[in-house]
Formats: sequence, structure tokens, C-alpha cells
Amino acid sequence: MDRILKILFFALIVRPIVFVVLGLNVRGKPNLPTEGPAVIAANHNSHLDTMVLMSLYPLSKLHQVRPVAAADYFLKNRFLSWFALKCVGIIPINRTGRQRKRELFAGCHSALDNSEILILFPEGSRGNPEEMSEIKRGIYHIVNDRNDTRVTPVMLHGLGRALPRGEALLVPFNCDVIIGDQLPKAETAEHLVNAIQDSFLELQKYCITRSQV
Amino acid sequence: MLDIPRHSLNAMLVVLALLLIATTCRLLLARINPDKDYTELRQRIQSWWWMIGILFVCLIVSPTTAIILFAFISFLALKEFFSIVPTRQADRRVLFWAYLSIPIQYYLVSIGWYGMFIIFIPVYVFLLLPMRMVLIGETKGFIHSAGVIHWAVMLTVFCLSHIAYLLVLPIKNHEAGSIGLVIFLLFMTQLNDVSQFIWGKLLGKHKIIPKVSPNKTWEGFIGGVLTIGLVSGFVGPYLTPMTFQFSLLSGLIISISGFIGDVVISSIKRDLEIKDSGSLIPGHGGILDRCDSLIFTAPLFFHFFYYMNY
Repeated sequence: MDRILKILFFALIVRPIVFVVLGLNVRGKPNLPTEGPAVIAANHNSHLDTMVLMSLYPLSKLHQVRPVAAADYFLKNRFLSWFALKCVGIIPINRTGRQRKRELFAGCHSALDNSEILILFPEGSRGNPEEMSEIKRGIYHIVNDRNDTRVTPVMLHGLGRALPRGEALLVPFNCDVIIGDQLPKAETAEHLVNAIQDSFLELQKYCITRSQV
Repeated sequence: MLDIPRHSLNAMLVVLALLLIATTCRLLLARINPDKDYTELRQRIQSWWWMIGILFVCLIVSPTTAIILFAFISFLALKEFFSIVPTRQADRRVLFWAYLSIPIQYYLVSIGWYGMFIIFIPVYVFLLLPMRMVLIGETKGFIHSAGVIHWAVMLTVFCLSHIAYLLVLPIKNHEAGSIGLVIFLLFMTQLNDVSQFIWGKLLGKHKIIPKVSPNKTWEGFIGGVLTIGLVSGFVGPYLTPMTFQFSLLSGLIISISGFIGDVVISSIKRDLEIKDSGSLIPGHGGILDRCDSLIFTAPLFFHFFYYMNY
């Protein structure tokens, strides 16, 4: 039932918005992991980021693609949490930092154990439109003790113009989606953070959309 | 068959036959050189099938459907323009208003209100957009933004909507109908691209504007102009109400302005240091890459034709 709801939501609402109102310049599509367990690490500027990344997958695969999202934001009221959990299928994560790492990432690990594909935004929040913020270390603790899971970096550009934080009006723009090569297993959290940072900068060069003057 | 004027139907069949020949040639080429990679050629021809298929279906169904199609093409082109050209974050709402000009402009086309169609964007939108920008109040980069936004609307909405207006002009050649005019303009514009390319490949020596387009030559340009002039002269009387002489003249206009449209869009891409304006059409690039010549040929052909016949 949940799976049907998710497919309907994406087929009737999300895909028309992503492919018609917006429009994607996708590069490196073959790099996109099609089978889990896998982690996609993307930069984060807009709520549309998740929708765009999930739209890259066929509807039949949709239930295996799970965005990791802030519990404090998406579970703050009943409607939003129904929507986030049932229509999108997020894995809620607690941003307050009071939990132990094991508990904190339990949802992520069980999803990876089920061969699902996680969508992570290692910057942690959307930040200012089209600006990169610092990459957090959390992602390392998710992939660290797993030998079966690699990180694929994805650079998104233009969505922060289409629907930035704090705005309700969606303005049509084409957006770049540049999918990079899978990153090798990192020794330390710092290595992984730097590797993601470097690949974001590298992928940025392939973007054809521009924002500021 | 349906209600298509006979000459237009024949023209459509000729275009489909040409496509069939192109596909056959591609398959033969792949057979002769199995080692060579023809992916781009295959994508290009496949995309042509899609584009021409969608266009013909919309033209056949009704003029309104075709007008909606052209409005949608304007939307895609405007969106692509705003995406590749830097705009300020503060201009988001202005851009939203710019998009709203599309349904209005094409509505004016559909009711055939020529006077308003021709001034709506050059006068009203031109004056309204900076007003909206003033209300937002960000003055840094104001001049640049006002210029870019209006230029984009002019190119992608105003210029392209002239194709749609051909559909609502009173019909003078009943054998071809209004569809004939649209097919004439589109076919000649695309054939011009092809023939300038082929003449350039065959004879090209003297570069025409090396700074913008190093592959464009005088030989290609002149060869294209002569070819299109001649072909138009013969095809024009069949698909339009024009005589041989006027068709030939309109062919010259299409060929010269098509060349200009092509290099103007090229200059935009050079300025931004990108190769394609998007990736919507496999093998062709973005919608602006495909419509570059059309942006210039549509209004210039339209006004020549309109002045001579109405």
C-alpha cells in the first residue's frame, strides 16, 4: 500500500514538476548506483534536491531509495510526518546530537542491510541558496564499518534558484545533476569529508547553469 | 484523410520520406563501418523523428493544439535561457512574471488580435518587468538584469510566437492552408542549417567570423543562401500564397537571418563558455541549440510575408 502511494505521488506530482517545470541536465548517469547497499552524497540547497535525485530512478525501484532527513523538521507535525514517511519514505535522523552514534544511525544501517540506496546530504542543512556549506562527518559513521557500501558523490546546481530555503514560490529553472565516480573506502572521517569536498568541486566544473552575476 | 489541405499533407509526406532516407543511410553506414561509433548520428536522427512527429501531430489535430505546442517550446527556451545566463537570486519573482508573458502572448495569438500581439512584449512587458524589479528594491546589478530578462523574453517568446501567428492569418492559398506556411518556414530554416553546413564542408575556405564560429565559411554561407533561395522559389508557390519571385526573396531572408540567429546564440554560449545550452534533445543539445536560427527567421519571414500579403 505504501509502495503504491509512493509511486502515485512520484508519477503524478513529482515527475511532472522535475521534468517539465524544472528540467535536468544529467551527466554521468551510468555512475548512479542502481543496486543497494549504496550511499549517494549530494550537496543540499532545496527541498527539490531529494525529489530530483529520486526521480532519476525508475518507479519500480523507488521503494529502495531512501532519503535521510532531519527528524526535527520533517516529523514536527502529523501531516508532514505522514507525508515524509509514507509518500517520500525518509529515514528520520535526530540532529540534536544527544544520541549515541549506534542508535542515531540505526535506521540507516537497517536500510543498508535491506540493500537500499540512501540519499544523504552531508552538509546537514540547505544553507544559503547555491552556496556550499561545510561537510559534516556523520556520513563516515554510516559507511565506516560496512565493506559493502560505497559513497557516490552527486553535484546539484540550480535548484537553490528554483526553490530556495524559506520560499514558497517555485520558479522554473533547468538544473544540473552531475554524478561522479564512486569514492574509494576512506580511512578516517577527515579523508572521506575531503574526498567528498574535492569531488563536489570537480563535478561543479561540468555545471552549465549559472546563478549569481 | 483527416482535414489537412492537400499540399500540406504532401509536404509532410516528403519530410517523413526524407527522414526515412536519413535513417536508412545511417543503418547502411553502420553496416559498412561496423567499428565506427555512430551514437551521435543515431541520437540526432531519432530526435528528429520525435520532434517532427510531435509537430505534425499537433498541426494535424488543430491550430489551437499547435499554438499550445509553440507556447510550450517558448517556455522551454525561456527556461533554458534563464538557466544558463546568470541571474540574481533577487530576480526570482521577476522571472516568474516573465514566464507569465507566455500564456498571454499565445492567447493573443489564438484570438488573432494582431495589434496587441505585436506590442504586448516590446511595450507592456518591457515596461512592467523593471517596475516589478523596483518593487523588490535590489539595485545592485539592476541594469544588467533588466537587460538580460527582457532580451530573453524577446528572443524566446516574442520572436518564436511569430510562427504561431502564421496559423491564424486569413488563408489565401486554400490548397496549402495555414499549415503550409508553418511547414515552409520550419523546413526552409532547418534545410538552411543543413545546406550551409554541407556547402561549408565541400568548399569552405574563407572564414566568415572566426572569433565566434571557426567552422563557418563564406562558401558555406553563400552556398546556403543560393540553395535556399532557389528551393524556396520553387516550393513557395506550392505551400504559400506567394509567387516564385516573392518566395525566392523570402528564401533569401530566411537563409541570411537563419545564419545570424545561429551565430548570435553561438556567441551567447561562447560568452558563458558552454558548448550546449542544455541536454533536452539527445544528439542536438538544448532547445536553444535547435531553435537558434528559428528565433531570427520566424519574425523576419513573418513580417516580410505579412507586409506583402495583408
